[in-house]
Amino acid sequence: MSGWFGVLLAVALAAALTFLTLPIVAIFAQQPPGELVDALGEEGALDALWLSLRTTAAALALILMIGTPAAYLLATRRFRGRAGLITLIELPLVLPPAVAGIALLAAVGPSTLLGRAARDAGLQLTLATAGVVVALTFVAAPFYLRQAIAAFEAIDPTLLDASRTLGASPARTFWRVAIPTALPGLLAGTALALGRALGEFGATLMFAGSFQGVTQTVPLAIYDRFATDFTAALALSAVLVAVSAAILLSVKLVRGPDAIAR
Amino acid sequence: MRRALALAGLLALAGCGDDATVSGGEQPRLVVSAASSLKEALTACAKDFPDATVRLQFAGSDELAAQIRQGVPVDVFAAANAKLPDELAAERKLEQPVTFASNQLVLAVPADGGKVDSLAALERSGVALAIGAEGVPVGDYTRAVLGRLGEERSEAVLANVRSNEPDVKGIVGKLTQGAVDAGFVYASDVEAAGGELRAIELPAELEPTATYGAGVVTAAEQPDAAEAFVDDLLAGGCHEALLAAGFGEP
Repeated sequence: MSGWFGVLLAVALAAALTFLTLPIVAIFAQQPPGELVDALGEEGALDALWLSLRTTAAALALILMIGTPAAYLLATRRFRGRAGLITLIELPLVLPPAVAGIALLAAVGPSTLLGRAARDAGLQLTLATAGVVVALTFVAAPFYLRQAIAAFEAIDPTLLDASRTLGASPARTFWRVAIPTALPGLLAGTALALGRALGEFGATLMFAGSFQGVTQTVPLAIYDRFATDFTAALALSAVLVAVSAAILLSVKLVRGPDAIAR
Repeated sequence: MRRALALAGLLALAGCGDDATVSGGEQPRLVVSAASSLKEALTACAKDFPDATVRLQFAGSDELAAQIRQGVPVDVFAAANAKLPDELAAERKLEQPVTFASNQLVLAVPADGGKVDSLAALERSGVALAIGAEGVPVGDYTRAVLGRLGEERSEAVLANVRSNEPDVKGIVGKLTQGAVDAGFVYASDVEAAGGELRAIELPAELEPTATYGAGVVTAAEQPDAAEAFVDDLLAGGCHEALLAAGFGEP
């Protein structure tokens, strides 16, 4: 790897690294750290952080509770149409956020049958916190499902068979064998879904609107401040960068120390 | 080999700057940042602008002003107020701005009736309202109107706000989707919604003057065409289009 080719590779790496890290470094470099911390003290910023935390936690709870058994079924059974089903589940993964917003409005918006039924049942979705949770769940769930299916598929089938032969019920096998064995993969999926949910912007704005403390999550608060208070926008961005870095690091930790060295 | 690669890189970069939609000929390309509420009118007239191929981008005026402050290369700035162009001019980011149109703030409601039939109805609990965020011209005009209602009434209305939208199109969207019962938008937006919305005019004593200001960006790459476009907004094809879209004289 010597000569011009080596130089070419090094130049490409340097270019990629600069391009990818410079904007992130700039978030922290534009203002002294003290100003960023002060800007976070503003009431609206705290509201946004707290709302993002609550809605993301609620979305993750839904995703884990429903996604885990669903992924287990898809991973351990072979049936006709399975590949198609998995593709359908993965579709929101590649969907632009604006499309997700329009799709949610078309499906459960206030002028739709489902949306009206939900409202009559006392569940307000559009322009309400519950709507944010729906938007986050819709865009983040595929990230978890994908990882969970792969994690369950990677379990040695003889392990599950052995559990069954030893007299454990299918439910017990799921709880005591499948989940512990697939845990690193499930956690990695959780972290990816968490990251996607925290960053959600377009679908939330279109479906849930933007209101401080109710539907204005951190990305929406950043957009709201971008024109009027750039420092506050930088401060909130810095928080998201830190959280995202922590998520990435924990995924790598869960996957074993090798993943960090690599 | 290296030279070939470098050349390929340059070509790729050049490709990015090129607009595939530009029709043939040597027309300069003019970038116009305009307030969301100008969308229908300017989209209609920009095609016929003789001096350049116009590329329009629409957003909340405050977002566009922030972009210009950050150095985004734009030739013309057309805002939904005179305040933002004046501020940019004071910062030497914009040449002397002019006012080229006016608009009427109205209360928009769904055309097929609904909960709101008057300004007073906005104070009732259970009514859902979408308005512009603070700093966005339509949001500032709305707050000015509410301020003139007196503190008590103004607070009752603000308590019904369900969304502070980053631009006027967001308010229209929430209205046409039925997410809210009413919203403060411009008369021209109701016009543009093609029969889906109905405008409730505000009493004259509450009405703020929504004046639209525009100017040539100091760092414009096409200052001559930009100047010509601002003139066109003042008295030309685009001015006619604005009047046709429900705007008024400045």
